Amino acid sequence: MNSLLEVSGVSVTFDGFRAINNLSFTIGPQEMRAIIGPNGAGKTTFMDIVTGKTKPDTGRVVWGERAISLLKLSESQIAQVGIGRKFQRPTVFEDQLVRENLMMAVKRPRGPVPVLFFRPSAADRERVEELAGEIGLADQLDRKSGELSHGQKQWLEIGMLLAQEPKLLLVDEPAAGMTLAEREHTTTLLREAAKTRAVVVVEHDMEFVRRLDCRVTVLHEGAVLAEGSLDFVTQNPEVIEVYLGR
Amino acid sequence: MRSLLAALAAVLTLATMALAQDAPGPLQTILQTYREPIQKSSRTTVGPAIAALAGSGLPGAETVLQAWSDRSLWVRKTDGFFAIAETSGNDLALTDVDSGQPIGTAPKADFDQLRPNSGIKSVIASAMVQFQLSSPDRATREKALASIARDPSTDQLAPLRASIAGEADPVLKAQKERLERLLTLRFDPDEAARVSAIKSFSGDIGVDLRAALNPIVATTRAAGPAVPQGANVAQMLTPGSSALSEDEAKALLVSAGILPPVITPAERAKALVANIVDGQVGGVAVADLDSEANRSAAYEALEVAGAVPPAASDADVAAAMSSAVFYETYAEPSPAVTDAALVTLRSVELRLALNQFIDLALDALSLASIYFLAAIGLAITFGVMRVINMAHGEFIMMGAYTGYVVQQYIADYTISILVALPAAFVVGALAGIAMERLVIRRLYHRPLETLLATFGVSIALQQLAKNIFGTQARPLTSPDWLGGALTFNDIVSISYIRIAIFVLALIFLGVFLFIMKRTRLGLEVRAVTQNPKMAASMGINPERINMMTFALGSGIAGIAGVAIGLFAKVTSELGQDYIVQSFMTVVVGGVGNIWGTLLGAMLIGFLQKGIEWLNPSNTLAAQTYMIIFIIIFIQFRPRGIIALKGRAAGD
Amino acid sequence: MAAASTRMPLLRKHPSLLIFLGVLALFTLAVTLMSEAYGPGIISASFVKTLGKTLCLCLIALAMDLVWGYTGILSLGHFAFFGLGGYMIGMWLMYARTRDIVVASLANGALPPTPEEIRDAVAVQIFGVVGGNTFPTIWYFASSFWAQLALVVLVPGLLALVFGWLAFRSRVTGVYLSILTQAMTLALALWLFQNDSGLRGNNGLSGLQNLPGADAIPQSYVSIWFFWASAAALGLAYLLCFWIVSGKFGSVLRGIRDDEARVRFLGYPVEGFKLFVFTLTAVLAGLAGALYYPQAGIINPAEMAPIASVYLAVWVAIGGRGRLYGAVIGAAFVSLVSSVFTGGRVPDVNLGFYTIQWVDWWQVMLGIAFVIVTIVAPKGIGGLFDWFEGVKSPDRKGEPLGPDDGALREKEAVE
Repeated sequence: MNSLLEVSGVSVTFDGFRAINNLSFTIGPQEMRAIIGPNGAGKTTFMDIVTGKTKPDTGRVVWGERAISLLKLSESQIAQVGIGRKFQRPTVFEDQLVRENLMMAVKRPRGPVPVLFFRPSAADRERVEELAGEIGLADQLDRKSGELSHGQKQWLEIGMLLAQEPKLLLVDEPAAGMTLAEREHTTTLLREAAKTRAVVVVEHDMEFVRRLDCRVTVLHEGAVLAEGSLDFVTQNPEVIEVYLGR
Repeated sequence: MRSLLAALAAVLTLATMALAQDAPGPLQTILQTYREPIQKSSRTTVGPAIAALAGSGLPGAETVLQAWSDRSLWVRKTDGFFAIAETSGNDLALTDVDSGQPIGTAPKADFDQLRPNSGIKSVIASAMVQFQLSSPDRATREKALASIARDPSTDQLAPLRASIAGEADPVLKAQKERLERLLTLRFDPDEAARVSAIKSFSGDIGVDLRAALNPIVATTRAAGPAVPQGANVAQMLTPGSSALSEDEAKALLVSAGILPPVITPAERAKALVANIVDGQVGGVAVADLDSEANRSAAYEALEVAGAVPPAASDADVAAAMSSAVFYETYAEPSPAVTDAALVTLRSVELRLALNQFIDLALDALSLASIYFLAAIGLAITFGVMRVINMAHGEFIMMGAYTGYVVQQYIADYTISILVALPAAFVVGALAGIAMERLVIRRLYHRPLETLLATFGVSIALQQLAKNIFGTQARPLTSPDWLGGALTFNDIVSISYIRIAIFVLALIFLGVFLFIMKRTRLGLEVRAVTQNPKMAASMGINPERINMMTFALGSGIAGIAGVAIGLFAKVTSELGQDYIVQSFMTVVVGGVGNIWGTLLGAMLIGFLQKGIEWLNPSNTLAAQTYMIIFIIIFIQFRPRGIIALKGRAAGD
Repeated sequence: MAAASTRMPLLRKHPSLLIFLGVLALFTLAVTLMSEAYGPGIISASFVKTLGKTLCLCLIALAMDLVWGYTGILSLGHFAFFGLGGYMIGMWLMYARTRDIVVASLANGALPPTPEEIRDAVAVQIFGVVGGNTFPTIWYFASSFWAQLALVVLVPGLLALVFGWLAFRSRVTGVYLSILTQAMTLALALWLFQNDSGLRGNNGLSGLQNLPGADAIPQSYVSIWFFWASAAALGLAYLLCFWIVSGKFGSVLRGIRDDEARVRFLGYPVEGFKLFVFTLTAVLAGLAGALYYPQAGIINPAEMAPIASVYLAVWVAIGGRGRLYGAVIGAAFVSLVSSVFTGGRVPDVNLGFYTIQWVDWWQVMLGIAFVIVTIVAPKGIGGLFDWFEGVKSPDRKGEPLGPDDGALREKEAVE
C-alpha cells in the first residue's frame, strides 16, 4: 500500500490511564484527513506520538517509502523528514519579527554550524515574501509577531509550517477562536496545502470539518471508532452514541 | 609513776628491738639484702629489690610496698633496720615489717625516711598489682585489671592466673579470664598454650586483641647473603616486584652493609665543588657541569683518582642484587604462633569489616536524616509551586540563630531546646510568608527569575546575619542528656544527638504524611500540585495554598536549623553548607513526592559516607566525586528516583 | 531594517554595534592618555588594573548574556570556566617566573645548575607550601606559554562540552539545569581546595602580576598593556557575539529561550545549539579569566565558589538581559559601584542609634536591589535605552514571554 504514514497497534499509558489503545491509522501522500472525537479521545496524544514528543509503549510508526521507524527519531529529526505540526494555540516566537519567524522556518540545513554561517540569499528572501503574501501578512513582515492578532498568528504559524515544506501537516484545531472570514481564509489555506501534501486536521467544529470536505476518522477512547466521509460517519450509530448518547 | 612507766616502756622497746635484731624476719632480710639500692632510690637499680619483695609470696609484702610508696618506711641509720613508722612529734611509732606489730617508738633523728620518686612509685605500683588483683575491694581489683591491660608484662601472668579462681564477681571474672588469655598469647612460654589462646579469640573485634596480635605479626625487611638460621620468615621478596621496589631493595642492601651508601645528587655536587682544581673537576670544565652525564663522568674521574670514596656503580648494584636474598621476618620466633595469629586476625578482619559497615550505615543514616530535614521544605515548595527557593539555606540559618538567641534568655538547655524548636518554626514560617508575598507571588511562572530573586534574598540575609551576629561562630549547646553516644561495641556507636535528629526526621515524615493524607490542606495541596488550573476552578484558592505550603516548608527549614546547629557551629554560612546537598536531594529524589525526597536523602547520605570511607583522608574529594555521581545519575533518571509520569509532569 | 538593507555590512546595519565599539575605543584611548605610563598619571597603575579587570568581567558578562539572556540557559557555572582559564595561564606565569628566580639564585652556586636541579628547585618553590616537591602531571605543559594558552581555551571548552552534552542530552532544563551547573561549580571548587589537586589547594596561584622576563618593566606599563588586551578581547568578543545573535542563529537561540519545543518541531536540533552556545561561552569565559587573573595577581579556588556565578547573573540581570550592551553595562556598573562601596570610599551614615558601614551593608543593599530589579524592572538598565528610544515592547496577549520558561505556560494551555 502506498502510504505516507502508517501507525499500527500503538498503545500508550499514563499512570495507568490508557490514552491510546491499539490505534492504527494510515494516510496517503496527498490526502486531507480530519480527525474528530470527544475530549479525551486521544487526538492530541496521537499527534504527540507522531511528532516524537511521546514515546508509545507498544506499536509501530512507519514513515514514507523507505519505511523509516519514527520511534527511533528525535522531535527535530522527525520534523526534518517532513512532518510539520501546528499547535492548538498559536505558538509563534512573539519576541521576533514576522520575517524572522518565517526565515527560521524556511527549509534550509538545520544544524548549528550551517545555521551560524547562514546569510539569507535573494531566493530565501523571495520565498519569505511569497509566503507572507500567501498568508496575508505581506505588509506585516517587519512587525513583531507578538503584536499580531490571534488570527494573524494562526496564519503565521501555518505559513511557518508551509515554509518547512513538510510532506505531512498535522494541524490542531486551526479554526478555534477565529471569525467567520478568518475561517474561510484558513480553509482555503489548508485545502491549497493538501494539493501537494498530506494534511491531518484535528477539529471539534463539525461545520469546519464539513467545509474541508475530506475523509474523517473518529477517535474514541484512544482507538479508531469509524472512518469514512463525514456523512457516512455521522450516520454511524456508535458515533452518534459517543457524541450524543449517555 | 610516770617515770617508772616510761622506763618500763623503754626496756620493753629495747627488748623487742633486740629480739628483732636477733632473728630478722624474711621481709626484713630481703629489705636488708637490698638496702643499698633501696636507700639509693634510683629507678634503674631498685627493680630487683621490688621484684624480690613482690615475689616473696609473704603476707606482709603488700603492706611493706604500700608503706614504701607512701613514704612511711624508715631505715635506722646505724644498722639498716627497716621499720614502718608514723611520726608523732619528734618520735616515730614503729611497726615491725614482718609481723605488723608495733615495736615501740624511737627518736626521728635515728632513722632515715625512704622517699621514693615517682619513677620508683610506678614500679612499686605495678608490682603491687598482683596483690590488688585479689583485694577484697572490687574497685581496687578493677583498677588493677585496667592497669595490666594498659601495660601488660610477663610477670603479671602468674598472679593473674592465681587470682581467677578466687574471683567472686562474674563480670570481673570474665574480664580476668579474657585478660589472662591475652597475656597468655603474648607471654606464655608454652607455644601450644599461646596458639590455643590465639585460636580462642577467633572473630573477636576487641581493640585490645588487635593490640596484642599486631606486634606478633609485625615484620621487618632485610637483605643478606642468606636467611639467618631460625628466623621466622614471613615471605621472600623479589626486587622489582610490587612488594619490593628496586630502590627499596637498594636501601636494604645499603643498610645490610652489602653496598656502599648511594650518593645523592646534592652530596655529589658537594664533592665536585670540593675538588675544583683550576676551574676543572676530574678533567671536566666547571662550566660544563650543567648536565647529569657530565657530572657523573667528573665524579667517576675523581673516584678513579681516589679523591672521593667510591659510590656504588650500576654493575655493583646488579651484582649485589643478584647475590643477596631479600626476606621479611616476624619478630616472633615461633611460626606456629604467627600462623595462628594470622588466621585469627583474618577472621577478626572479616567481623571488623561487618561492624564497620554497620557503623558506617548508622553514620550515613544520620546524615541522610539531616539532609532529609534540610530538603523536605525545599521539596514541598518545589513540588507545589515549582519554585526553587535559593534562600532556603538562609531559613535554616535563621532557625539555628533562633536557637542561639533563645539560649541566651533561657539558661536551662532542655527547656530552651523545647522552646527553640517551635520558635524556629515560627521564625522560618514568617520569613517564608514574607518572601512568598513580597517576592515569589510577583514572579509566578517565571521560575528562573524566582530562582535569582530568592538568591538576592539569600545574599542579603546572609550579610544581615553577619552584621547582626558577627562572623565568628555562635554555640548552640545541647542538653546533657543528648551528650555522649550509644555504644554497641568498640566500633559501632552513634551519638545521642544524631539519634535525636533521626527521630526528628521520622516525626516530620509522619507529620508531613498526616497533613498530606488526612487533612483538608493536604488534599488541596495535592490538588494544586497535580493540576493547578483544575484545582483553582474547583474553588481552591491557589494563593492561599501556596502561602501555606511556603510557610510549612520554611518552618521546617527553621527546625532543621536548630537540629543542625546542635552539632555544627552556627555561622552565617551554615545554610550555604547544606543548600547544595538539599538541592541534590530534591533533584535526585524527584519532585513532588515525599518518598522521593526520603530516598534521595538516603542515597546522598549513604553515597557521601561510602565515598568518604573509600577515601577517608580527603572529604573534599569525596564531595567532588559525589556531585559527579549525581550529575551522571541525572543522565539516567532526569526526573529523579520517583518521577511523575505523563502529562502531569509537564514538559 | 528594510529588506534592501540586509546586504549591508554588519556595522552599518546595526548602529548600536558601531556606537559600542566607538565608546570602547574612546574609553581605551582616554585611559591610556591619563595613565602613568603614557600620560600625566591621573589614573594610577592600580586603578588601570581595576579598569582592566572590569573589562574582563564585562567580557564574561557578555558570555553569560549569550547563554542566559539569548538562549535561556541560566548557567551558574560560568565563573568556574573563568577560574579555569585563569588557572591555565597562571600555571605558566607562575612556572616561568619561579624558574627565572630559581635560575638566578642557582647561578650564584659553584657549579652551573643541571636541568634536573632547576626543575626540582622550581617544584619545591611552587609546591613547598602544600608539602610537595615534584611537579604533578597536570603541570606537564606549564613550561610552554603556547601550550598553556591553548589550554585556556581547551580546558573550559572541553569541560563545558562534556557537561553540556550530558545535561542537554538528558533534557535537563530550567531550574534543574541551573542547580546542576551550580553543583558542577561546587565540585570543581572543592576539588581545587584540596592540597593534592596539584594546583596548590587553597593557596592558589600567586605572583601572577609579574610577567616572566619583564622585571625591568614597571607595573604602570604592564597594567596598561593588559588593559589594552582586555579592551581588544572585549571588542572582538562583542563583535563575535553580535555576529552570532544578529543572524538566523540568534533567531533560533531566542526561539529556544522562548519556546524550546516549538523550535524542535521546526526541525532544529535544540541540544546541538545549546551545546554550541554553552561551549563557546565557556571558552569566552576562560579567555576572560586568563586576562583577569594576571591583573589580579592571585587566583584561588574561593574565586570559583558558586556564589561568584550568581553575582555574574546579577550583573547581567541588572544591566539587562537579551541585549549585549546591557550585559557589559551591568557588569561594569555593578562591579565598579561594588568596589567603591566595599573599598570604604563612601562615608558611613550615622543614624544616631546605629552607624551604617557600607562595607558591611553593601551586600545587603545589592541583594535587595537585585530582588527589586528582578521584580520591577526585568529589563534592567538596558530598559532605559528602550525608554529613550520610545520603543514599546510588543503588546503580548497572555503570559509575558521572556528569558524564562514563560512560554511553557502557553504550551500548558494547549494541553
